[in-house]
Amino acid sequence: MTPSDREAERSVNQPGSNPTPKIRLRGLTKSFGAKRVLDGVDLDVRAGHSMVLLGGSGSGKSVTIKCILGLITPDEGLIEVDGQDIAKLSRRDRAALRDRIGMLFQNGALFDSLPVWENVCFKLLAQKRITRAAARDKAAEVLAQVGLAASVGDLSPAELSGGMQKRVALARAVAAQPDIIFFDEPTTGLDPIMGAVIDGLIVDCVERLGATAFSITHDMASARRIGDDAAMIHKGKIVWTGSAENLGETGNAMVDQFARGEREGPIQMELRK
Amino acid sequence: MNRFLDALALIGRGLIGACRTLGDVAIFAAVGVSHLLRPPFHFRQFWRHFVEIAYFSLPVVALTALFTGMVLALQSFTGFSRFNAESAIASVVVLSVTRELGPVLAALMVAGRIGAAMAAEIGTMRVTDQVDALTTLSTDPMKYLVTPRLLAATLAMPLLVIVANILGVLGGFLIGTVKLGFVAQTYLDNTWDVLEVMDVVSGLVKAAVFGFVIALMGSWCGYNSKGGAQGVGQATTAAVVASSILILALDYVITEAFFSR
Repeated sequence: MTPSDREAERSVNQPGSNPTPKIRLRGLTKSFGAKRVLDGVDLDVRAGHSMVLLGGSGSGKSVTIKCILGLITPDEGLIEVDGQDIAKLSRRDRAALRDRIGMLFQNGALFDSLPVWENVCFKLLAQKRITRAAARDKAAEVLAQVGLAASVGDLSPAELSGGMQKRVALARAVAAQPDIIFFDEPTTGLDPIMGAVIDGLIVDCVERLGATAFSITHDMASARRIGDDAAMIHKGKIVWTGSAENLGETGNAMVDQFARGEREGPIQMELRK
Repeated sequence: MNRFLDALALIGRGLIGACRTLGDVAIFAAVGVSHLLRPPFHFRQFWRHFVEIAYFSLPVVALTALFTGMVLALQSFTGFSRFNAESAIASVVVLSVTRELGPVLAALMVAGRIGAAMAAEIGTMRVTDQVDALTTLSTDPMKYLVTPRLLAATLAMPLLVIVANILGVLGGFLIGTVKLGFVAQTYLDNTWDVLEVMDVVSGLVKAAVFGFVIALMGSWCGYNSKGGAQGVGQATTAAVVASSILILALDYVITEAFFSR
């Protein structure tokens, strides 16, 4: 799917219309032992839009993303991408779906044994869409898009600061021009300025590719910057969905408490006294 | 009666757990090997691990084999001289080294060096999401991480054992001729006369099997590690312990297969 195709898809996916969502979750459940982490998650992600899933630590955000990516198998429920139930996809179709997906992990998850340029072009090399010689140039081009010099490509991930690692991880996530990109806590562990820089880069990359973005975060400033739509998950259930613009004044007591970081409210931390 | 049943349940749980682990390892090995038959093959990964095992393990394996051969000659001399059987020293050294000590000691050294490193590397990749990242980057983690290691270790170990055999025999030769007063040509003749092809072949087969086991246990323990740094540490220890025990157990099985009458 080219960026122009994605723009066309985006135009018919405005609020009010009723197209097939890019990602559709219905009744998703997942337990680890006695702990029920997802308890019937229902969520739609519109094509060409950026959805931000909010929630506290341990609320099930990362497990939701891992279920969509096929890294964890849900106990029950439906996951559709472009109207296709991913549980029914053949191995080949599932691989083809993964080819269209990019993922930015919370801690970057860069491969220590490879230089930065090889990390950035890993997917292109794995898919044999590019030669190793061409990959160096491609890596330099993508690194420039996230504000890094071409010389960074020859460094090892261990030689980079946290912010630079995040930018390299973002470059890796977008290098193969995916049409769905997942961001797991993109600003966690970064100072506010670097967080804003990363958010800006995410918005730029997603807009340039015309991709659908699905982010999970508990950073409200980040959620407002990168999200079109937002949803909140609490105790494994989606308790609210709406626009990311007015977070903090949604009228939903849980979301507003979370957005304002208030101690008192319907969300009670389970602290042992 | 209840105590008896509790004890029985405990033993049963242990046995079921052991069977489950054995099954998991067997499936893991089968999947790892099956990727050899299905492209793509990650040749760069294979070569990286092959060099790491075959080349960078050479010093430790060589020193181990050399000193083992020297000690073996010395100990054999002190023991055999009681029975006036000193002339058998060359035969004892070459047979012990090629059949047993070369492959077993080389494998134990490589298990400590390479098995631990494999478990630590894959374990760290597991707990830092790098294994999941491989999946999202259209790469099968088993194919990328495990299969090249299995093949590299299986092919590299026999090469290491050839070197270990030569140096082990050399160690015995040096002690025999320099310290114990054997004539060099006589010592070499005794060595060649007793050595048969099957002695070397059995040692090389053992080496290949041990290499596979080291890579398998290193990869399996790392792949299934959990819980951060502590989990990686436990995986590393488990990989070395499990592969060392398996090496010794399989050594008996292979010896039985080759030499039992």
